[in-house]
Amino acid sequence: MAKDLNDADQNAKLIEEVLSAYPAKAAKRRARHLNVAQPAEEGDTEIVSKCDTVKSNIKSLPGVMTIRGCAYAGSKGVVWGPVKDMVHISHGPVGCGHYSWSQRRNYYTGTTGVDSFVTMQFTSDFQEKDIVFGGDKKLEKIMDEIAELFPLSKGVTVQSECPIGLIGDDIEAVAKKKKADIGKTIVPVRCEGFRGVSQSLGHHIANDCIRDWVLEAEGGEGKNHEPGPYDVNIIGDYNIGGDAWSSRILLEEIGLNVIAQWSGDATLSEIERAPKARLNLIHCYRSMNYICRHMEEKHGVAWMEYNFFGPSQIAASLRAIAAKFDQTIQDNAEKVIAKYQPLVDAVKAKYMPRLEGKKVMLYVGGLRPRHVVTAYHDLGMEICGTGYEFAHGDDYKRTGEYIKEGTLIYDDVTGYELEKFIENIRPDLVGSGIKEKYPTQKMGIPFRQMHSWDYSGPYHGYDGFAIFARDMDLAINNPVWGLFDAPWKKSA
Amino acid sequence: MGKLRQIAFYGKGGIGKSTTSQNTLAALVEMDQKILIVGCDPKADSTRLILNTKLQDTVLHLAAEAGSVEDLELEDVMKVGYKGIKCTEAGGPEPGVGCAGRGVITAINFLEENGAYDDVDYVSYDVLGDVVCGGFAMPIRENKAQEIYIVMSGEMMALYAANNIAKGILKYANSGGVRLGGLICNERKTDRELELAEALAEKLGCKMIHFVPRDNIVQHAELRRETVIQYDPNSKQANEYRELARKIHENSGKGVIPTPITMEELEQMLLDFGIMQSEEDRLAAIAAAES
Repeated sequence: MAKDLNDADQNAKLIEEVLSAYPAKAAKRRARHLNVAQPAEEGDTEIVSKCDTVKSNIKSLPGVMTIRGCAYAGSKGVVWGPVKDMVHISHGPVGCGHYSWSQRRNYYTGTTGVDSFVTMQFTSDFQEKDIVFGGDKKLEKIMDEIAELFPLSKGVTVQSECPIGLIGDDIEAVAKKKKADIGKTIVPVRCEGFRGVSQSLGHHIANDCIRDWVLEAEGGEGKNHEPGPYDVNIIGDYNIGGDAWSSRILLEEIGLNVIAQWSGDATLSEIERAPKARLNLIHCYRSMNYICRHMEEKHGVAWMEYNFFGPSQIAASLRAIAAKFDQTIQDNAEKVIAKYQPLVDAVKAKYMPRLEGKKVMLYVGGLRPRHVVTAYHDLGMEICGTGYEFAHGDDYKRTGEYIKEGTLIYDDVTGYELEKFIENIRPDLVGSGIKEKYPTQKMGIPFRQMHSWDYSGPYHGYDGFAIFARDMDLAINNPVWGLFDAPWKKSA
Repeated sequence: MGKLRQIAFYGKGGIGKSTTSQNTLAALVEMDQKILIVGCDPKADSTRLILNTKLQDTVLHLAAEAGSVEDLELEDVMKVGYKGIKCTEAGGPEPGVGCAGRGVITAINFLEENGAYDDVDYVSYDVLGDVVCGGFAMPIRENKAQEIYIVMSGEMMALYAANNIAKGILKYANSGGVRLGGLICNERKTDRELELAEALAEKLGCKMIHFVPRDNIVQHAELRRETVIQYDPNSKQANEYRELARKIHENSGKGVIPTPITMEELEQMLLDFGIMQSEEDRLAAIAAAES
């Protein structure tokens, strides 16, 4: 049975026990990444617990199984890949491109291969001679071929794999030359996998490239957008399973005009016109705060974070967003919240009795280790541990707004540590990725993938909450768990 | 035919590696040795004196044209020059692009796999200036060159480069079998050049195998794309190269693990030879000149 969970002392003891398996030096280094949520300092009303006591954004230890990705994953897989009307070239040997083929369930409208290219895979497929003689000429040729084969593509990005940085190819020069030749936006992204400690640097590099090669570059039809008083951007929503769509309708219902979705279901034009908006609404702070800060400084676009997981955060976020606009919008927000209340009540009535009191452990990336917490709370569930793959200190600080004192916190958790934590705590549900799914289920513990929504979704917005509640119920109350023990081992 | 001997010439850029190596190999062939030259420099100038031609087509250049090295035949890349010396050039990208180091690795692997090393007594690698990356260290790794000959002179930077190359050899000496064959001093007519070369050899724990005097005939021969041996076989300089070839031939298996020195020791050596002034002496000299 689950132990008394949010017990700080017990969790501290558990950390000690888990660390004891490491050699002294590794234990010392890993100890800094593991902690329990501390009491909030007196007078600090913004947070309910202090979580930024763990170290983060530090190189993973050699020899451990880390769950992190690389800079290429951060740029190709997260930020640029979902931009649907551009072709993204995986520049280098074929492996990185092959394994990032199809993207991350970033839903989009459009006709694949005609005006949208997200799930297609383009690679320069480097061979020995490209390494020795450089791949710039090949890259130019690929761009010419793309322009000819896919005339409706709006531009090209070059997603650099490791060898590009090693051999020093000048992809920026190629980009400039080809922009002049073809007349479309070309974005060279130096997201070589060896850069940085995780995918996080890839996000940053990709953001910088949006700034340098789109927003502040010459040209772009989207820049002709006539700004309106209610123009907002959704930033950092990758439309996993349709998340951005179920968010967008709420913003439109309260009377706002969403002029750009970054980067789930995004077009190049949406990226170009984003600086014309009045407000940037940022969901995944980690991967896109950089460009929001730039738009604030350079274009005077204010930004705010919001959270569309679970009805209490949705209502709070809608009110906070509306407060940035006039009374009409604020009244609309109240109307929209009231309109969806029956749906929320119905979902809660159906699922709360089946989910109340269940304990959840999370280990994901980006914003989810904190943002989904209240969605679970809304169903009466509890969070007993959470952690990020590639967070920075500011993410852990924000985590304190959501989780209770005494909760187990693990940064860049290793395969071994997570397994031990799960084994020891035995929560009712673990939410993490595909690599963690099957070991957890083999321990007899229900699991949901919280990167891909386990091929379900959307989870954002009111519509998403209903699906979220159903999925968690499906996982936890699946009758299969009653068959976990062999019949001959069951006590009579 | 005896056991295959593999040697390599390293040294500071412009020191005369290619000239010295080709002249020496032309002399070796007179001793009935079968020789293969592997030029490991994107400039591809390691075989022109032997082939009496401009630059030959390189392995990598031909491979890029054909698609990949797998599409090449050995005959395409190997030319036969002066008295049957076989010549190959690894080649590489134009300056400033791609990875020449990877090119050297690719080319050497191709030559080995396709039997270029069969039926020769000597394989000689001529490698570009400095060991800038792993690719250019390829010839000193395991199962490649047994002895390295460092071409140097009495110039400060040549000494410095020689010491650096010795460090590279030391790195691979324990894992592979590579040894320092010795220093070849290519005279530049600097102060106390011979003594300095011998002193460095002593510090590195190796021989100063030959002191090649400066002679303008080398330049005359080069302008005709010939070695001195071919251009004027009876000249004094031709005999110098024959002497060097004989010493290298007799040096088989006598290479050493070098003992490279620190930069401070190197500078101290120059101070001891009175070539470099210490800071105090320099200030004193300036003061004396001013007064």
